[in-house]
Amino acid sequence: MSLTLEQVKRIAHLARIETNDAEALSTQGHLNGIFQLIEQMQAVDTTGVEPMAHAQDLGQRLRDDAVSEPDRRKAYQAVAPETEAGLYLVPKVIE
Amino acid sequence: MNQWEVVIGIETHAQLATVSKIFSGASTAFGAEPNTQACAVDLALPGVLPVLNRKAVDCAIRFGLSIGAEVAPKSVFARKNYFYPDLPKGYQISQMDLPVVVGGSLTLQVGSGDKAYEKVVRLTRAHLEEDAGKSLHEDFHGKSGIDLNRAGTPLLEIVTEPDMRSSDEAVAYAKALHGLVRWIGICDGNMQEGSFRCDANVSVRPKGQAEFGTRREIKNLNSFRFLKEAIDYEVHWQINEIEEGRRIQQATVLFDPDTGETRTMRTKEDAHDYRYFPDPDLLPLMIGAEWIERIKGELPELPGQKRERFTNVLGLSAYDAATLTASQEIAAYFEAVVAVAGQGNAKPCANWVMVDLAARLNKEGLEMAESPVSAQQLGGLILRIADNTISNNIAKKVFEALWNGEGATADEVIDKQGLKQITDSGAIEALVDEVLAANAANVAEFKAGKEKAFNALVGQVMKAAKGKANPQQVNDLLKKKLAG
Repeated sequence: MSLTLEQVKRIAHLARIETNDAEALSTQGHLNGIFQLIEQMQAVDTTGVEPMAHAQDLGQRLRDDAVSEPDRRKAYQAVAPETEAGLYLVPKVIE
Repeated sequence: MNQWEVVIGIETHAQLATVSKIFSGASTAFGAEPNTQACAVDLALPGVLPVLNRKAVDCAIRFGLSIGAEVAPKSVFARKNYFYPDLPKGYQISQMDLPVVVGGSLTLQVGSGDKAYEKVVRLTRAHLEEDAGKSLHEDFHGKSGIDLNRAGTPLLEIVTEPDMRSSDEAVAYAKALHGLVRWIGICDGNMQEGSFRCDANVSVRPKGQAEFGTRREIKNLNSFRFLKEAIDYEVHWQINEIEEGRRIQQATVLFDPDTGETRTMRTKEDAHDYRYFPDPDLLPLMIGAEWIERIKGELPELPGQKRERFTNVLGLSAYDAATLTASQEIAAYFEAVVAVAGQGNAKPCANWVMVDLAARLNKEGLEMAESPVSAQQLGGLILRIADNTISNNIAKKVFEALWNGEGATADEVIDKQGLKQITDSGAIEALVDEVLAANAANVAEFKAGKEKAFNALVGQVMKAAKGKANPQQVNDLLKKKLAG
């Protein structure tokens, strides 16, 4: 499997990464290199091996349902670019 | 319209009844000052890691067991990637390929009276995920305000197969599901606060056609009325489009309650490509048989089981049983009434709870739990109707008195207000004689063949008895005297 330049540009757009043609071209090369690696790995016979969702063969740790985090809005908002009435302000987005 | 078939599937987001978030220890309490319940994990500050809330998993297991689904021994959290300011991580943690609950079904009662029928809606899956924050688009100098208190609130997204064929069936499903999640205590069901919201996937196809039509998804319906109105409008719109020769485009639409119309939010072309992949921050969720058994042991009798018992053991109709199991409060009240009045009086108990009490509560805008008339009082009242101490009409008076706190028990009200039914046939006979003598005109009319005159005479006797004479005895005696 390999990616077309169009696909690379689409992925970049979905990830909101600005790319020019030269960057897209070089990224296409890198990504296709990775795909070749994956192809090599896919040549291994994995019949009967259950796919893993995580590199570690462990189960998820759980926590009890208890409130442990105090209100630290003041500290968090001190580093925010802009706030008002307790809200974080961002460029207007309406779909 | 008649040659079209409507196909509806519903996705519901039920907010789980936990005190802390699904992956962080911040509070989920509703209505707090903006961003006071958004911790470092919810804000996606660098270096933070999610830790799963056990109670959220408990809730998912409870739900799975209550709909006869498979609770997956292993399920996986995945990242759903999209950019929006109320989602600081740039992805929502959800489940994709391996959800926690698979399959199951919900049996519902659609319509009422003779037209009522039973419907089984199959569920595809239910998965755990986190909610996003809220964007406020009022004017902040041309900017949007973001409140992340809701970010990370645990949700169970419940997805049906496209099994519903009308807006009535969709509403019946939503109500049954709403009743169930409250019944098993996993969601408070508060629709105003957004704890329970539905998306409806709607399409139409010519009757008899096997393939589905192209569907449009109506987002975020937070009342049963809006759900019905939105689907009805959407169906009408889609049929009209097709009949005008246009094709339906797959799209996401919003319902505007003010205009009663749906409008397109986004079409398929710019639909999100979410690029799901397993979240490397979270290991697979393993649910062992022991855990499932423990939750099974904690489950209350479910609405379906109760419904079956009400019809099989108490002899109620399917409609009555469905109405009385709409919520745990109603069912508990009804059962407490039956406990006093006896199983033999289950039908009058059902009628009093569903009709008289429900109407009175409705009029005052009260919930069952706030009823001034307790189940014990109502049961006592029904006992007195059953043993002929009072008639049904007088019972309504006693009920009103109990409602107004004029007595602690039906017996006390009956005693204090002298409402005991007159069953002494000598006393009734005297009243009948009196009325017959004073209403010669009615007697003559009756004898001339006017049936209505009989009712007038019954009315007169009841009036003379201040409503307390046993109606059956009055009828019998009057008939006998008029015939003689």
